[in-house]
Amino acid sequence: MSLAHQFSLTTEQQSLLDHADKFAREKLYPLAEKMDNEESWPKEIMPMLGDLGFLGVTVPEQYGGSGMGMLEAGLIGQAFARWNNAVSLSWLAHDNLCVNNIYNNGSEFIRDKYLPKLCSGEWTGCLGLTEPGAGSDALGSMSTKAVRDGDHYVINGAKIFITNGPVADVCLLYAKTQQGAGSKGITAFVVETNTPGFKVAQKLIKMGFRGSQTAELVFEDMRIPVENIVGKEHEGHRVVMSGLDFERAMAAPLSVGIAERALELAVEYSKTRKQFGKTIGEFQMIQARLADMYVWVETMKTLNWKVLAEVSGLDETQVGRGEIHARAAASVMYCADMCNKVLDNSVQVHGGSGYIWETEINRLFRTTKLLEIGAGTTEVRKMIIAGELLK
Amino acid sequence: MATTQFSLTPEQQNLFDHADRFAREQMYPLSAKMDNEEWWPADFMKKFGELGFLGVTIPEEFGGCGMSLLDAGLILQAFSRWNHALALSWITHENLCTNNIYNNGNQFIREKYLPKLCNGEWTGCLGLTEPGAGSDALGSMSTKAVLDGDHYVINGGKMFITNGPVADICLLYAKTEPDRGSKGITAFVVETNTPGFKVAQKLIKMGFRGSQTGEFVFEDMRVPVENVLGKVNEGHRVVMSGLDFERAVIAPLGVGVAERTLQLSIEYAKTRKQFGKTIGEFQMIQARLADMYVWVETMKTFCWQVLADVSEVDETQAGRGEIHARTAASMMYCADMCNKVLDNGVQIHGGGGYIWESEINRLFRSIKVMEIGAGTTEVRKMIIAGELLK
Repeated sequence: MSLAHQFSLTTEQQSLLDHADKFAREKLYPLAEKMDNEESWPKEIMPMLGDLGFLGVTVPEQYGGSGMGMLEAGLIGQAFARWNNAVSLSWLAHDNLCVNNIYNNGSEFIRDKYLPKLCSGEWTGCLGLTEPGAGSDALGSMSTKAVRDGDHYVINGAKIFITNGPVADVCLLYAKTQQGAGSKGITAFVVETNTPGFKVAQKLIKMGFRGSQTAELVFEDMRIPVENIVGKEHEGHRVVMSGLDFERAMAAPLSVGIAERALELAVEYSKTRKQFGKTIGEFQMIQARLADMYVWVETMKTLNWKVLAEVSGLDETQVGRGEIHARAAASVMYCADMCNKVLDNSVQVHGGSGYIWETEINRLFRTTKLLEIGAGTTEVRKMIIAGELLK
Repeated sequence: MATTQFSLTPEQQNLFDHADRFAREQMYPLSAKMDNEEWWPADFMKKFGELGFLGVTIPEEFGGCGMSLLDAGLILQAFSRWNHALALSWITHENLCTNNIYNNGNQFIREKYLPKLCNGEWTGCLGLTEPGAGSDALGSMSTKAVLDGDHYVINGGKMFITNGPVADICLLYAKTEPDRGSKGITAFVVETNTPGFKVAQKLIKMGFRGSQTGEFVFEDMRVPVENVLGKVNEGHRVVMSGLDFERAVIAPLGVGVAERTLQLSIEYAKTRKQFGKTIGEFQMIQARLADMYVWVETMKTFCWQVLADVSEVDETQAGRGEIHARTAASMMYCADMCNKVLDNGVQIHGGGGYIWESEINRLFRSIKVMEIGAGTTEVRKMIIAGELLK
């Protein structure tokens, strides 16, 4: 019996990773510096990704997608993150948080109306959950309200830290439709951002992932037709909870890609940088850092691929609870925490130049923390895991 | 959950569950006495043999089970949950001695030694480390073998030898060309009743107690030339390939110990009450449990992956290149994380965790061995960095 591939990627998966890596190196890497310097978003990216089949990765072909699994989508995210972490984040927000959620939970009307243009890249998507007063307690503290008025809902409120917010055409938006129901009584809507009352209140300037656009959104008497409800009315918490499991499993590969590139740069630098008459790689203190980084990267890779394989076999009714809920949280928690450590060590290996804004390693370093905070903080992930263990 | 990519096959899961059940029922009841008295259950190797738990990776023609290194690792993981001392002795016999003899031995040696090692009539050990040769095991080796007719005459000593005090067979390394540095070493299969073979002392340990550990002394011990394992002066190849298999297959020992520690910690957090509620209701305890879970899951996945990798490699392909780094990485990660899991496990148990006779304290005292044996954490980092910087 051959065990060669039991815990490895299949040949097809490896080819996909290599293909996405080559594309990202050739087409996305050259954009990274300008995006970082100017917090600018090249509008041609989404149509280019659409043309090449990198959008709607997990959406069936009948809606314009590529019909692949979550593991395959994760491999694309990992490859993109190596070469342009800002694009990988925007791609994730579009393809998973918005598009995959709309496909999983949307009616046939919604799928037909929105997915083709989201899969071609004509439209860019975002997801609106977090609010100024609702972070880790996103459901319980939500204050954005949707009030029924005939065949429309009238939405008032605000969302913050919304990736793709300033450039999005479509927003998967959560709002309270039943007051006094705590974390229940929430409904998910597909909102077109040219709807009157939809406003980008500000574009936020970030430490890292610069170029990926982030916004505060404000809604003033915004009228959304009832047919744009995603999933069931007042049952938006199900969309949130299942979507978050897929999102966590899918966000982990971004950390892997960033950490892989940070290790690669640290190895190259250790081989060439000379001090005290020899390369710094000849010093054991540097060797120990590199060995640690390697072990962290390899363990990140294995766990996140395994969890992606596990969620690939599940639909939106099977996630958001139980063991998979803990495992998706564990994957993103481990990858984000270890990416932090890899980045810290890599800047240390690079010395003074690692501290300089324009270097690639500094651009990578400034991605630290985001994946420990977004899609549920490390603390929320621990609450989920411990909750499952102590059941 | 359905079987998915990156998971065990149903056959592997069954083997694992079978070994887990056996270990819980038959090995667990011996743990306390072994720990208290450094006691060795002398009849247990035969029981392993009767149940097909010896010679796991050895073809059936020599009395083995013909399974893979991954299967051997799964058995070790299950054993380690319930009796890590017996698990350590088992894997030393099984991998360091028996699997190495099979991989490198000629037909004469295989036929003479493997059947009785596979049925448990004989217990095996491996003699590499010396009082003055630890991390620099090859370069600093001082045990010498001098050719005299059709025998080698061996003088020297070996240290920290697991199973040493109870072994019938020792896979022994000695310098046959003392001027050639880390080369010029030859591997021998030695019967421990050979005149001149002495157990100088039985060592008393902090943990893994009951697994017998010895210091050997060899005084003009005559070993026939047909007992040379592999080629004369090429013993470093046996060492280096053997160490890769050893690292990959011992990593699950850290996993089994950590799994049991997490299980005990969860049980304790659910039942122990302070300030009017269970300690599991406190977020600081929850954070420790969540960390432990994530470490155990990453240990498990990574060590299985590396075991699958190394199962596809033979003794001519191991000991160098990427697999050399990956086996070091697996062992390093599992040992280092097991340390952290144990530390947190005792912290959750409070005062009870510090008491010798508690199970969590017995587990805690297994700390450090896996960070030191089969190449220290530092040696593992040298291997990994060497491969990265090539």
